[in-house]
Amino acid sequence: MVNQIAVFMENRKGRILELTKALKEAGLDLITLSIADTKDFGILRCIARDNDLAEKTLKSAGFTVTVNALIGVEVEDRPGGLSDALSLLEDGDINVEYLYSFAHAATKRAVIMFKVSDEAKAVEVLKRHNIRILDNADL
Amino acid sequence: MSYFQKNVECMPRGELTALQGERLSALVKYVYERVSFYRAKMDAIKLKPSDVKSIADIVKLPFTDKNDLRDNYPFGMFAMPKKDVARIHASSGTTGKMTVVGYSANDLDIWATVMARSLTCAGVTRESTVHVAYGYGMFTGGLGAHCGAEKIGAAIVPASSGNTARQITFLKDFEATTLCCTPSYAAYIAESLAEAGYTAKDLKLQSGVFGAEPWSEAMRAKIEKGLGIKAYDVYGLSEIMGPGVSIECDAREGLHVWEDHFYPEILDAGLERVEDGKSGELVFTTLTKEALPLIRYRTRDLCTLDSSPCKCGRTHARMGKILGRTDDMLIVRGINVFPSQIETVLMQTGYVSTNYQIVVGREKSTDTMEVRVELNSDMFGDEVKKLESLRDDLEKRVYSALGLKVRVRLVEQNTIPRSEGKAARVIDSRKL
Repeated sequence: MVNQIAVFMENRKGRILELTKALKEAGLDLITLSIADTKDFGILRCIARDNDLAEKTLKSAGFTVTVNALIGVEVEDRPGGLSDALSLLEDGDINVEYLYSFAHAATKRAVIMFKVSDEAKAVEVLKRHNIRILDNADL
Repeated sequence: MSYFQKNVECMPRGELTALQGERLSALVKYVYERVSFYRAKMDAIKLKPSDVKSIADIVKLPFTDKNDLRDNYPFGMFAMPKKDVARIHASSGTTGKMTVVGYSANDLDIWATVMARSLTCAGVTRESTVHVAYGYGMFTGGLGAHCGAEKIGAAIVPASSGNTARQITFLKDFEATTLCCTPSYAAYIAESLAEAGYTAKDLKLQSGVFGAEPWSEAMRAKIEKGLGIKAYDVYGLSEIMGPGVSIECDAREGLHVWEDHFYPEILDAGLERVEDGKSGELVFTTLTKEALPLIRYRTRDLCTLDSSPCKCGRTHARMGKILGRTDDMLIVRGINVFPSQIETVLMQTGYVSTNYQIVVGREKSTDTMEVRVELNSDMFGDEVKKLESLRDDLEKRVYSALGLKVRVRLVEQNTIPRSEGKAARVIDSRKL
């Protein structure tokens, strides 16, 4: 499983910059960063190279932080790669709450990160199809 | 059960009433001779000092309020020349002039005595260590609590307000047994203690004496849990004395008003006295104050009064928790709203921190009300829909408590300004 940091953010000007500055000052490298936004607030989700230090850093900088586990899988970077992985979950009647992905051009592999309705079941389904579940060190 | 002045605190009511009558009658003569303000008011209704013989005659007397103090700024209402005044306190009004109050040496001694009685109710003895985190200075909180603890002979840590990390170090290292501050600051200290990785077990605190702003039972539970203490509500206002006008005893069924010095009345909107148990505006007469005696001073605080005997043995009447203020009551779309109602709703959920802010505005001639609440780290999930349903749930709860549709806005932790004096809970931006 991959640990992800989620940060609650009001829609305030300069707030993302403050967060990235805090990470920069602690010498932290980001692997992923995405933001879900609504009219009033946003949730920033990120994974850092040293996730534990990032969590501590952001908490002490006053951010509202939570850490949660995502299912990460690696697929081939080709048409249908994501669809094949999703259809396994669909067959297992598992709902995807959100997902994001990133591709490595050099290795022709893509990483997909899922938040699902039933985590245990999703892990079981993926393992049954010999799909390796990634952890933070694999990113 | 321990008392500071058992003979006074447990005085039979008949004797207490007689004492109040004597003191009122002397007070009326005193102010008639010394304060032109009272002389003019009494002359206008053809009331002679000799017409006030017993405490029942108090209803003949005219009222005073904050405007009278402001109009007579700074010393016009004082019954003593400046040379005999021993101390001055002042509170900054939200609008206009400050309210200035003065004390003679004797007044200060009485204040220390009623505060000593109050702290004794909260278990303070001469062996105690009392940490005072009320602001010291022109605000009466700091010095009021200080002098009461001194009268008992306890050790005092005069920390004043601010620098919470340092407060926690003092509390830990100096082994305070009683904390005095505002309830919102006590809650903040409890939060900060947990954030710093400590628990209540790292402190020696046993009790807390909290006042200067209204607070709910839910907030009390939270403070008691966070600091591992028994929390007592103390009440006071600088015009009447400062903290120590009334306090809860161990029974915690209301706050004993030290009636030998402060005579309480509860009045309805028409300024008629109401019977015990009915809520109304709390009005005080200072029976013994020399420098700035006030007759039938309207506090604007709403509460009830109960003169029945208390389990603790004290005979002095108990006022209920302050239900709100006649002047911080908001009227939003025609509905009366007290900030304390919102606080109760929020605390019951357990989702959100003790800090909230109410913002009232007006859009297209309709009132709008937004409640800003800080989101706790523990309650924050990573999904948008969870936060949205949390917000919707809060809106629903406020609606069912107030009958008023409000907008709840979740904000980041520690973004609502913490006030170390009285918390500023309400921003009313309507141009009324």
